[in-house]
Amino acid sequence: MGTVILLTLTGLGLAALYFLVASGLSLVFGLADVLNFAHGLFLGVGAYATWWAAGNLPGAGPDGFGFVLAVAFGVAAGTLVAVLVELVLIRPLYSRTIEQVLVTVGLSLAGVALLQATWGADARPFPRPEWTRGVTGILGAQVPNGGLLLIIAAVLVLGALLAFLQWTRYGLVIRAGVENREMVTALGIDVRKAFTLVFAIGGAAAALAGALGGVYFGTVSPGQGSSLLIFAFIVVVIGGMGSVLGSAYAAVAVGLLQQFVNYYGTSGLGDICVVGLLAAVLLLRPQGIAGRVATA
Amino acid sequence: MTEVKSPEVPAPPAAVPAELTPQPGRWHRVRPYLPLVALLVAAILPYSTLQLPGIFEGPLNSPGTLQLLAICLIFGGLAAGYDLLFGRTGMLSFGHALYFAAGVYGTDILVTRAGLPLWQAALLTITGGAILAALLGAVALRTVGIAFAMVTLAFAQVGAILVARDFGGLTGGEEGLPLDVSGLPDALVGVTNTVNLYWLALAYLAVVVFVVHRVSGSPTGRVLAGLRDDERRIGVLGLDPYRYKLVAFTLAGGLAAAGGVVYCLIVGGASPHITSSELTLSLLVMVVLGGPGTRWGPVLGGILYMYLDHRLTAFGTSDAVDSLPAVLSRPLSQPLFVLGTIFILAVYFFPGGLAGLTSRLTLLRRSLRLPTPRSPR
Amino acid sequence: MEPVLTVENLSVRIAGLHILQGVSFPVAPTGVTVLLGRNGVGKTTTLRAIVGLTPRNGEVRGTIRMGAQSLLARPTYRLVRSGLGYVPEDRCVFAGLTVAENLRLAERRGAEAAYDRVFALFPELERRARQRAGSLSGGQQQMLAIGRVLLNENRLLLIDEPTKGLAPKVVTEVTEVLERVAESMPVLLVEQNLAVVRRLAKDAVVLAAGQVAWAGDAQELLLETALTKSLLGVGTGEPHRGPEQAAATGKDAN
Repeated sequence: MGTVILLTLTGLGLAALYFLVASGLSLVFGLADVLNFAHGLFLGVGAYATWWAAGNLPGAGPDGFGFVLAVAFGVAAGTLVAVLVELVLIRPLYSRTIEQVLVTVGLSLAGVALLQATWGADARPFPRPEWTRGVTGILGAQVPNGGLLLIIAAVLVLGALLAFLQWTRYGLVIRAGVENREMVTALGIDVRKAFTLVFAIGGAAAALAGALGGVYFGTVSPGQGSSLLIFAFIVVVIGGMGSVLGSAYAAVAVGLLQQFVNYYGTSGLGDICVVGLLAAVLLLRPQGIAGRVATA
Repeated sequence: MTEVKSPEVPAPPAAVPAELTPQPGRWHRVRPYLPLVALLVAAILPYSTLQLPGIFEGPLNSPGTLQLLAICLIFGGLAAGYDLLFGRTGMLSFGHALYFAAGVYGTDILVTRAGLPLWQAALLTITGGAILAALLGAVALRTVGIAFAMVTLAFAQVGAILVARDFGGLTGGEEGLPLDVSGLPDALVGVTNTVNLYWLALAYLAVVVFVVHRVSGSPTGRVLAGLRDDERRIGVLGLDPYRYKLVAFTLAGGLAAAGGVVYCLIVGGASPHITSSELTLSLLVMVVLGGPGTRWGPVLGGILYMYLDHRLTAFGTSDAVDSLPAVLSRPLSQPLFVLGTIFILAVYFFPGGLAGLTSRLTLLRRSLRLPTPRSPR
Repeated sequence: MEPVLTVENLSVRIAGLHILQGVSFPVAPTGVTVLLGRNGVGKTTTLRAIVGLTPRNGEVRGTIRMGAQSLLARPTYRLVRSGLGYVPEDRCVFAGLTVAENLRLAERRGAEAAYDRVFALFPELERRARQRAGSLSGGQQQMLAIGRVLLNENRLLLIDEPTKGLAPKVVTEVTEVLERVAESMPVLLVEQNLAVVRRLAKDAVVLAAGQVAWAGDAQELLLETALTKSLLGVGTGEPHRGPEQAAATGKDAN
């Protein structure tokens, strides 16, 4: 029983990480049709900026409020990079989707190389509050606190995103734009502002994933984002592009499947099962679990 | 920047095929023979002891240089095969490295683990690679566009996992699997025989270019081009797009597997980095840099990319770069940073790649000549 | 009277195909101007070119003016904000959003949204405000699509096949609504249903083979059965040119 609880909670921790990366990807893709390979870079920027801030930013540190400040700095950095990428690189190629994908591919290659050039290819120990190293006993299972932190953060982000989409004017524009972008412009709305906004949201969520993922894994390395990105892509496709809630469901399914099969089967088999799930979903329901609707 | 805004550019950045661009003057008659000349030059190149300081470390016929050139040629062929999907059919596959890796690991495992003679291993591997492509393509091609890209990416990821986790102890996991050379023909073994591997790579490139050229000139090729431009139009003609795309996908997969066979011989084994998604992305970079949908663009792109990838590492550790301030020297020592940046710039400013560059230069030359028409000299 | 919109020498090429070749016509400042022609002749392409929605692989030449203002090369959202209301073919309501949200999208900052006017015309929309637009009937969706553009003050409405695929009774309802709308605002209408045209249209422009084949009084056109049939029916008669169009199209027929 304890094992099942532990696997469930660590699976959910993984799912939380996937969700933080995938929700932004999904919104960016659903609204702007950009398959953003540079999304892993936002994660890397978030992780390294947090790491840097904990050591160098006055007031920030590896513990307590200093840590919150460091994470906030990381998230801000990730958001800033995402906005810059959208404004400088993506926007001039408006509605030329293939070129946009190519640019993000180039950016992911160059960006990761830049991180590597600046901080080296090797993993570095990540600053983390003392309590995240500990475990909490839940129903007989010793669950690492770093994973719980990820789950809590992901649930908060999910709630905030859904509220934003449901109750704000820009949320409305994004939901409508995911359905039919052209018609949004035909109602007199400059949909490109919403593009910048979803990039900012996606960048922030990915940077948060980078910072908290660093806490969870205990290290930070330049390639971390790219390896997570492929599974985040799978989550996006399974969940339905443009659907935040769909991403959440899919992230949970993928995280749990991966964790359980990897534990009870061979290590690595879970990852393969996830791809099998992807193939099955695409063949049975090509639009994903939740189709092309941004909320439900 | 006017090029970027031009509404004429079709969705996949397909350039004017170089072979259609009229070339002025006396080159016109020699042009059809240029590929043969290039092939001949490439074939006799290992007899040269020419030193090209800065470009290659040793003389042209040194094993190190020949191996680098052979790798470049392989990737030229690989990019040309990938272009059959991307540039000529408009399929954005992110999993093409899988079939290349299948070729490398297939050969390696069959020779090293199963002890098969090379020719049998090669034959089995290429057939197996094509069958794998047919099977996975049959599933992936049920989706289109970006979903197709993601599915192929996911399939390639399975390959990477299989290799890394070393199921059944076949692949050697993270360590890779050195090729057991004891059963190989003598002519392909040893540093002194690098030249033979070079010729093998050259032959591979020639075969790929020939095959891609023949296919794109055939009725099938015209259907593929039609699929790239407007899939519905092909459907209206009563042709089944799915079947044609599957043919292209399988053929490209087989060609990539064949490239893997030669690559395995050249580097003497397999290592897991060839299964990475990064390699697939690099293939895309090569094709776009060279010029998608053109005969020589992808080949040039592949050769140049691999060359830069290898040489930039050396360049990055050279004194010239080291003496720069750290802000500059560190990024410059990362080949992928330089290549990625070049790539982004190319997408913006040279949508037709290298191949598009030549026709554009011709246009430029002509427009420069215009103000003084037929001025006697 | 000054036309509210002038299209001159409009040519549209999409993916290498010439859809429109030198189309010129004015849109009168009052009443309904109807754009007629067989399927695939470029009626929708014309509307979309006016509102700046030509696809990226398309190319637009010519001039489109609203008053003294040139409309070409301006982004769609600006054109719409400057008073061009567009109701697309197939209605294009946001199926996943509620009726109220669909309407709310059309609201603009700094302008009072005329909910009174919309709900007076379509009381059904007020009753179904919380319903998802995707679950509305075709006729109700059309009402919503028209309601969205009536929320703001417009100088011209472009409406593309509003009665397409609707039941006869609903067609009558939509026609009545359009009749009332047209009392206060000029409309450029694409319509296949000749009964609707007869009831609404003041002026008519007939497109054939990417050019204006006839232009003039709509009721006059409908009276000439043979002509109507040759332009819109099954026959392939010699295109007849309205007097003021002969010069415009003849100039650049190539």
